[in-house]
Amino acid sequence: MNFVPAFSSFSEFLHMGGYGDYVWMSFGVTALILSINLLEPYFRKQQIRKDILQEIAREKRRAK
Amino acid sequence: MNQIDDIDQTKQKGSLLSRLKVLYHKLGSPKYFYELSTPFLIPVAFLAFIVSALGVFGGLIFAPADYQQGDAFRIIYIHVPVAILSQSVYMLIAFCAAITLVWKMKMAAIVAKASMPLGASFALLTLITGSIWGKPTWGTWWFWGDARLMSALILLLLYLGLMALRNAFTSDESGIKASSILALVGLVNIPVLKYSVYWWNSLHQPATLKITEKPAMQTEMLIPLLLSIFGFYLLFAFLLLVRTRNEILENERNSQWVKKEVGK
Repeated sequence: MNFVPAFSSFSEFLHMGGYGDYVWMSFGVTALILSINLLEPYFRKQQIRKDILQEIAREKRRAK
Repeated sequence: MNQIDDIDQTKQKGSLLSRLKVLYHKLGSPKYFYELSTPFLIPVAFLAFIVSALGVFGGLIFAPADYQQGDAFRIIYIHVPVAILSQSVYMLIAFCAAITLVWKMKMAAIVAKASMPLGASFALLTLITGSIWGKPTWGTWWFWGDARLMSALILLLLYLGLMALRNAFTSDESGIKASSILALVGLVNIPVLKYSVYWWNSLHQPATLKITEKPAMQTEMLIPLLLSIFGFYLLFAFLLLVRTRNEILENERNSQWVKKEVGK
């Protein structure tokens, strides 16, 4: 095993031997869709919490 | 906490079988699942991030270019993990569907529901990254006559169908039943997808990794790929956990323990 960087400069890395567009497009779309998947449950939880807290407040008002 | 204590007590008495039965019933309880999964969230997220980053950046930077495909082959470090996951997630949903139909286990239906958008995302990513990879290697983004491409598209459509059916009924019961049946019927697509490259002439190359054979890939290419696959599995595990927990909160929102949990 011999792990050495396959590229000698950053611009070469971005160029990806001429396949830069394809490689970065695939990684970009993946990053986008995974980010949506990571954020969605977070915002959904906030919404659920808000709804439940409202319901609790309503119950307390009713009990008075 | 009480339930966890209970299970510790049952550990001391009873046979293995009765202990497993207790565990099955406990895991079937949304409250127990919620409490049991809490300490796993941060470690799983952390590991998922580290391992998938190692795999993806290892593949992008340290793997040598392919002798035929040059640097275009680096798309493999996401295409293969998302493709494997799109099938594994489907099998998980089908497994949950079987449990739901036979034993009406509440948690199985919840896990299946939480898995559906994740499976759909992986199936969509498989098609997109595969299509982008196809352009420089096959000269085309898409080919309608190809069995591998078609069965991958059917997998995405199955996920969309499952999500639609699950939410199509006013009664949750009916949605669970209908989507479980579709999940089991759609299972036939899984072997078709897997063996399509052998059964028909396909543009698609045969599997890169086989369980029964030593991989043909060189080690410097292989290690980042294995890390990436494992990392994406962990990422799925994390996303499934948080989605399942949200479903539980929503389902049990009228129960005392959820009100206490949210009120904290």
